Amino acid sequence: MKILVCISKAPDTTSKIAFTDENSKFNETGVQFIVNPYDEWYALVRGLELKEQMGGTVTAIAVGGAENDPIIRKALAIGADDAIRIDAEALDAFAVAQEISNYASDKSYDLILCGKETISYNGAQVPGLIAEFMDIAFASQAIKLEINGTIATIECDVQGGTEVLEANLPMVLSAAKGMAEQRIPNMRGIMAARTKKLEVIQGSGATNNCEVVGYSLPAAKSGCKYVDPDNAEELINLLRNEAKAI
Amino acid sequence: MSVIVFVDNKDGAFVKSSLEAVNYAANIASAKGVDCIAVTCGKLSNEVLELTGNYGASKVVSNNTENADNSQIAMLVSNLVESNSASIVVFSHDFSGKAVAPRVAAKLNAAIVSGVVELPNFDSGFTVKKSVFSGKAFANYKVNSEKAVLSLLPNSLDVITTDNNAEVIVDSSDLGTAKMTIKEFKKKGGEGKIDLNEAELVVSAGRGLKGPENWGMVEELASVLGAATACSRPVADIGWRPHHEHVGQTGVAISPNLYIAIGISGAIQHLAGVNRSKVIVVINKDPEAPFFKAADYGIVGDAFDVVPKLVAAAKALN
Repeated sequence: MKILVCISKAPDTTSKIAFTDENSKFNETGVQFIVNPYDEWYALVRGLELKEQMGGTVTAIAVGGAENDPIIRKALAIGADDAIRIDAEALDAFAVAQEISNYASDKSYDLILCGKETISYNGAQVPGLIAEFMDIAFASQAIKLEINGTIATIECDVQGGTEVLEANLPMVLSAAKGMAEQRIPNMRGIMAARTKKLEVIQGSGATNNCEVVGYSLPAAKSGCKYVDPDNAEELINLLRNEAKAI
Repeated sequence: MSVIVFVDNKDGAFVKSSLEAVNYAANIASAKGVDCIAVTCGKLSNEVLELTGNYGASKVVSNNTENADNSQIAMLVSNLVESNSASIVVFSHDFSGKAVAPRVAAKLNAAIVSGVVELPNFDSGFTVKKSVFSGKAFANYKVNSEKAVLSLLPNSLDVITTDNNAEVIVDSSDLGTAKMTIKEFKKKGGEGKIDLNEAELVVSAGRGLKGPENWGMVEELASVLGAATACSRPVADIGWRPHHEHVGQTGVAISPNLYIAIGISGAIQHLAGVNRSKVIVVINKDPEAPFFKAADYGIVGDAFDVVPKLVAAAKALN
């Protein structure tokens, strides 16, 4: 089983979201970057579980500059065997996916695992783009994955429920909650990660079809209107007649 | 030059979030002075297909391949884009949109902006605003390519309908072999339960309820209001409630018209999943609970005292 896990860095879930340079850049001051939780908790850990069951290798891959190396080392500490960083300035998911599929196209991976989206851009684009570039099956928003020989059985979140699907390997999958449980790296893993191979390769000059030109914050709430708990019924009246929400 | 929009269907009817996307696509089409063409895949009656006209589509292209996978639907949509020389393709940013839209973008070498919340601006080029950081901010994207795929965040824009019907066009093209086969569909929750992703009203509860045996009143309030039920992460993690009810940054992100949070303190990760709700009500006995800062209405009080009163008042209203 040859598994490729795509990882991306994302600001820690408790980060303050603010912008600089006339709201054109995310303010990274004081922000701790982590492995995007969907990539780490679900995609990477399920990849490792499958490797433990069936043998094989798990390679982590990220696209971007050297600032990604700490999160790549984290993936190695959790258990990935080796890692690739494609050194390229990717402004959109299209370019990220193109770089990854250009790299993976002649490497015969059985499975390419991604998180369902990043918690920063919430795009849910990279896995589907990779699948189409490589012309292989794509299980979107998957919560279960079992492999039997060359056949994958997947359960995916869909409108109104879940769908059980079957596909032949190789395939791309985007992982959602339920796929696996978060693993905390131990000291041995962290020590081992320092000497595992992190190969840096040059990007293939992928296309950026769009880019962020500015950020804004949602309008602040005008304040909370309090209802006396002894007169809680009044809330229903306000929701009906003032907020017109029910 | 038409604007193309993909409409998802389930059990012989269109999915609500997809119809919002039709309305959005029709608004773009009318701003550009072109047609809006809807496209769908599966067996649907003519009456249902014509309904896309209510939302602004002038034509609806229907391919009756059943159980098509995302690669086949992507082929259907991109062929239609090519044959109409369209430059904009719209999806809903729902489960089907997330599966198909990126494939279409890859086929067309198009920019893809997902989770858009406003109509694009064509004043100087092509820019469009989308939700980022799990609803904590917006980013304005500039499209640099000839074609663009946009997916609309569900429940982010008001829908305006008319009595117009769309012209039905049957597409009988062969969509090739599926890369995946559907073995089984498992319906979420029980009969009559409202799906969280589609719900306009949501009643949610957290650790303040002290135990899973106390959810009766939460379900009753939801049932009286016609709302879906949800919960906070700790409650799902300790197994009081199923995982699919967990709303928050790493669970389901929702944007209902009304979100009622009972006994949830409002950690930043929880807020990220619910802060796009139009009206937020917080019921918590701790007046310092951070959730009150994000609330429109608040009750500082004991859930076990307040919720039964709300149930009674809501019943009286019905």
